[in-house]
Amino acid sequence: MRHVISLLVDNEAGVLSRVAGLFSGRGYNIESLSVAPTLDPTRSKMVITTSGDDQVLEQIKKQLNKLINVIKVVDYTGKEFVEREMLLIKVKAEDKSRAEVLRIADIFRAKVVDVSHSSYTLELTGNKEKLQGFIDILNPIGIVDFIRTGVIVMDREMQRRRPLR
Amino acid sequence: MNRMKGASALIEALRCEGVKHVFGYPGGAVLDIFDVIMDVKDIQFILVRHEQGAVHAADGYARASGRVGVCLVTSGPGATNTVTGIATAYMDSIPIVVFTGQVPTNLIGNDAFQEADIVGITRPCTKHNYLVKDVADLAKIIKEAFYIASTGRPGPVLIDLPKDVMNATLNFKYPDKVAVHGYSPTYKGHTGQIKRIAGLVLKSKRPVIYGGGGIIHSNASRELVSLARLTNIPVTNTLMGLGVFPSDDNLSLGMLGMHGTYAANMAVTHTDCLIAIGSRFDDRVTGKTDEFAPKAKIIHIDIDPTSISKNIKVDLPVVGDCKTVLKSLINMLKPKKEELSALRQRLASWHEVIKEWRQAYPLEYTQGKSIKPQYVVTMVDKLTPDDTIIATEVGQNQMWAAQYYKFKMPKIFLTSGGLGTMGYGFPAAIGAQVAFPSRTVVDIAGDGSIQMNIQELATAVQYNLPVKVIILNNGYLGMVRQWQGLFYKKRYSHTSLAVSPDFVKLAESYGASGIKVEEPSDVEGAVRWALNTNGPVLVDFRIEPEEDVYPMVPAGAPINNMLLI
Ligand SMILES: Cc1ncc(C[n+]2csc(CCOP(=O)(O)OP(=O)(O)O)c2C)c(N)n1
Ligand SMILES: [Mg+2]
Repeated sequence: MRHVISLLVDNEAGVLSRVAGLFSGRGYNIESLSVAPTLDPTRSKMVITTSGDDQVLEQIKKQLNKLINVIKVVDYTGKEFVEREMLLIKVKAEDKSRAEVLRIADIFRAKVVDVSHSSYTLELTGNKEKLQGFIDILNPIGIVDFIRTGVIVMDREMQRRRPLR
Repeated sequence: MNRMKGASALIEALRCEGVKHVFGYPGGAVLDIFDVIMDVKDIQFILVRHEQGAVHAADGYARASGRVGVCLVTSGPGATNTVTGIATAYMDSIPIVVFTGQVPTNLIGNDAFQEADIVGITRPCTKHNYLVKDVADLAKIIKEAFYIASTGRPGPVLIDLPKDVMNATLNFKYPDKVAVHGYSPTYKGHTGQIKRIAGLVLKSKRPVIYGGGGIIHSNASRELVSLARLTNIPVTNTLMGLGVFPSDDNLSLGMLGMHGTYAANMAVTHTDCLIAIGSRFDDRVTGKTDEFAPKAKIIHIDIDPTSISKNIKVDLPVVGDCKTVLKSLINMLKPKKEELSALRQRLASWHEVIKEWRQAYPLEYTQGKSIKPQYVVTMVDKLTPDDTIIATEVGQNQMWAAQYYKFKMPKIFLTSGGLGTMGYGFPAAIGAQVAFPSRTVVDIAGDGSIQMNIQELATAVQYNLPVKVIILNNGYLGMVRQWQGLFYKKRYSHTSLAVSPDFVKLAESYGASGIKVEEPSDVEGAVRWALNTNGPVLVDFRIEPEEDVYPMVPAGAPINNMLLI
């Protein structure tokens, strides 16, 4: 099962390695990772996505909590949350395809961030599925290069329903 | 303000922590520290003969005394030599602080002479570790290290000290307080959960207490005994928990698991309420997990949340310090006089069943023409005072010591349970003897293991540490040979120690005393001689070469599936 885990950690050397070690030590792969300092520059927030056996992940989460440099662990699995990643993609854009690429970009609300005679570089944010859909559509036209960030997440405020009168 | 160099600040910090002994070995990267140490009178430095020995000695010191053990070694090979010792302490949750020298900060990462990334290497086998990059952080880091090592679930902490940091000057002030925001162990258990435990225990019909090394770390032996006496519940201990409950007590089932007693393993298999305290359901204890305590509601009291439901699904967990939790449990039980007496009455039939198991297959051996190792251990047990500290090596010697020595108090049994490190026992015994110069300290050894840190004989002689080494010499890497005998058609691949030194001459060449014993009738006299001879002693008992350890549960089998002889 896929898990999205967010960590509040000390922003210092070696912390990423301690965190990663708990996954690699059990043969678990980190599928995506994002790290950046928080408002408090001595802390960083990390978001890790991984998948695997729930019991092993339970153990990894407990072990993460036990690391001295880890302050907080939140597993978003089963919770309501907003999830985003970003994609930069360089697509072939010659003659006929130039207009088509722009049209697709428009439909997905991607931004053009670089233009050359033979290519466009587009920027897109969204969830995993949206990014994948975009890549799949552009693929036949010719992808020169692309890169995705790791997932970042934020929990949703509970939508309070108004009591019916 | 106290202006001084990093090296002096290190020693000052050790003073502030109340450190009295440091085990270690010098080298280029720590010359500045050793230069300071030369004039230090209130902290004794013990020069070992191998850095692995320093860590095991600090570990033995910590296990026996309950204080944090300290080592100091140089960079590169000095640091890498500590790894086995650190991993040993990590697996058994032993509080030690290891200081390693490091190349100067401007050379780190340059493949400098005697550089090793020891912080990287030991990350998975320390509770925490530090590289001190700025001398201004030194005092705070040392304070944190001792705090982290000794609190919660204890464990080893390593501090890497670059040479230039030791030479830099600082205004030394040792912090009074520590605050590590990512670290706050839970000591007090959840009251509601403890209440539920009390309820479950009072309703049980065939309860068993399964106590481990956590009881030693939390000094909860007395509380465990009170709980058992109050409820009349029988107690089995893990290898690490031996001594927390007097093994000659009527309620003691002895050790459980792979080489546990028949009664203990049967009791756990049939119990309806297993009370695990400071134990972690190690695979050597549980055997096949699906069939471990299959009829039981399982209660687990442990300070480490990662131990809960790791191997075995627990019904009633409590995260907390064993002593604190047991105290509240006892306080909740005490007023329930009627239910307690009903429980005690109900348990009479359970004790009958247990008695039958005990009588059916007690631990036993027959002393024949050649010396039986069990007999040697029995003699050591008979002739040593109750507060004797027994260290062991690893293998059959370790299991015979665990089975046949009657441990009556905690902190007297030093053994590498988690990592199973051959070569642990002798330096650990040396460390324990440093902590308690006037107590009897014995290392029960194998002929293979003792050769892994035999060089420490020089340390024992130099510091006049009268450790008694009892070698159960079978000419084999016996435990491995036993498995080859049972599971590999007796194909003894490379387990015969065809060449070994003359241990007596070896001991004598170091300035220790030794004798060789070949006749069963000489065993008692030899043990007496060892105990009455001053200084370090080595006794080479030539035992029955192919004696096996029984009972035994084959790895991965259910624990009631025992090979009995
Ligand atoms: C450092 C290390 N290497 C290898 C082993 C594997 N091992 C476990 S027991 C054992 C045999 C120990 O032989 P000895 O010390 O003579 O003890 P015996 O079993 O004969 O009593 C070995 C090799 C180990 N536990 N530790
Ligand atoms: Mg042997």
